[in-house]
Amino acid sequence: MAEDRSLRGQVAIVGVGDTEVGKVPGLGATGLCIDAAQRALDDAGLTKNDIDGLVTCNSMAEPHMYHAEAMAEHLRIFPSYCVSAGAGGGTTFAVLYQAALAIMHGVCDRVLISMADSLRTGLTREQAMVMQSSSGHPQFETPYGATVPGYYALIANAYLHKYGATAEQMAAVAVTARVHAALHPGAQMRAPLTVEDVLASRMIADPLRLLDCSLVSDGGAAAVLVRAEEADDRPQPPVYLLGAGEGHGHEHISQAHDLTSSHACQAGERAYAMAGLAPQDIDFVELYDCFTPVALIELEDLGFCGRGEAGAFVAEGHTRLGGSLPMNTHGGLLSHSHPGNPGAMFALTEAVRQLRGEAGERQVANAETALIHAQGGILSSHCTAILGRDR
Amino acid sequence: MSANAKPLPPINPGTQPFWDACAQGRLLLQRCGDCGHLQFYPRVLCAACGSRRLDWVEACGRGTVRTFTIIRRAVSAAFEPDAPYVVALVELEEGPTLMSNIVGCAPASVAIGQPVRVTFEIRAQGVAVPQFEPAA
Repeated sequence: MAEDRSLRGQVAIVGVGDTEVGKVPGLGATGLCIDAAQRALDDAGLTKNDIDGLVTCNSMAEPHMYHAEAMAEHLRIFPSYCVSAGAGGGTTFAVLYQAALAIMHGVCDRVLISMADSLRTGLTREQAMVMQSSSGHPQFETPYGATVPGYYALIANAYLHKYGATAEQMAAVAVTARVHAALHPGAQMRAPLTVEDVLASRMIADPLRLLDCSLVSDGGAAAVLVRAEEADDRPQPPVYLLGAGEGHGHEHISQAHDLTSSHACQAGERAYAMAGLAPQDIDFVELYDCFTPVALIELEDLGFCGRGEAGAFVAEGHTRLGGSLPMNTHGGLLSHSHPGNPGAMFALTEAVRQLRGEAGERQVANAETALIHAQGGILSSHCTAILGRDR
Repeated sequence: MSANAKPLPPINPGTQPFWDACAQGRLLLQRCGDCGHLQFYPRVLCAACGSRRLDWVEACGRGTVRTFTIIRRAVSAAFEPDAPYVVALVELEEGPTLMSNIVGCAPASVAIGQPVRVTFEIRAQGVAVPQFEPAA
């Protein structure tokens, strides 16, 4: 792919909003989507009638055939750009890139991205399990009875086998997330956690234990994107989109060419090229930690560690606040929340708050440049975005 | 009863020959008539060269465990009697990889690199899914 810097610094995030997370009865998935939207609009000093672009993703608990259109109707807005995206967990940052393109090409001026679901209270455990495992190939995977943790365990086992990584190193990812979540007043899981606690939790799908797995949550988050020239008129300091890139390797894990690296490599390379930056320029990262080994593979794919080295890197504390590369400063999907496909939106809103310098106790010192990454499917669809305080 | 409640593959015209062969105890791959590429799962075109001249060939049924997991918590009630059960990616001797179960052994005895051979679980009249068991 040709190098493309055309998007760099062209659009800015001027508002973000998170709903409550965890068990949030009383709102439902639609209510959470609207709640997140309103919070982001308030933060941006805008009203719904200022919005002419709307991006959502469908809800599992309250699905709509045309979700974004249904949310626009609920808000009673009449956008010129309206799309519900669907690439699993990778959806979130891919839409950031696409919304930026829509703004640059004059399709719309101000895009609201709002994504929410109520997996915790809107579905039974069995419904949630069957719905999520339906990501398997209907003919060639689903008949074998794998769960979502099972699909990821296939990757985890291959990774441990190839590099001699350990259960303790995987557990260190969960512990790091919890240390950060404890500093986030809104996080779902804030009680202290040790490596021993993770190793003592029950096996779900070998080698993944319960505490290697992310949460099941209600919740949602939203962001407002405008042309960079307009960003200075808004009340909050703007955060600029410096780079973005996607990578798509497969949909079903049985078709993956490589089980221990992914097309996060390509997504990252494209985002770095657009931003004109390299891994050493990144101050902190918000990665997709749906299961602990996924964060390890992403650290390697995105160029922060050599192959097989991420386990030791995390276990040695380099990804904690105060370390060389703080990771998942809000607690990630493991400890902040995981409402399904919208989960990575909290990585986006957290990165914006960090870059604005308003993350309180969990503030990364001198945070100027962030890399955020999300993936969907089973290490399938990837999107990397690089955000910065300066254009 | 529970075995019959496990999901059946939603067979389509393009995959009917594959599933018909499974019901007869044979595991088929597609071979490209132009470039010779062998592939699984069955596709409309050759994933290597794009040709639509595809034939069916019978796999030898032997392979190795590329990776696996032991599912402790069944995905649905139909799989509960089997739990804990093994889901694996098996690399066939011919090259392609497929997802399957490893059966006929203790789950804890399964290992990456282990040689396995195909067997078939009958799910319904005329529908059998390929599984693997340790090779002798």
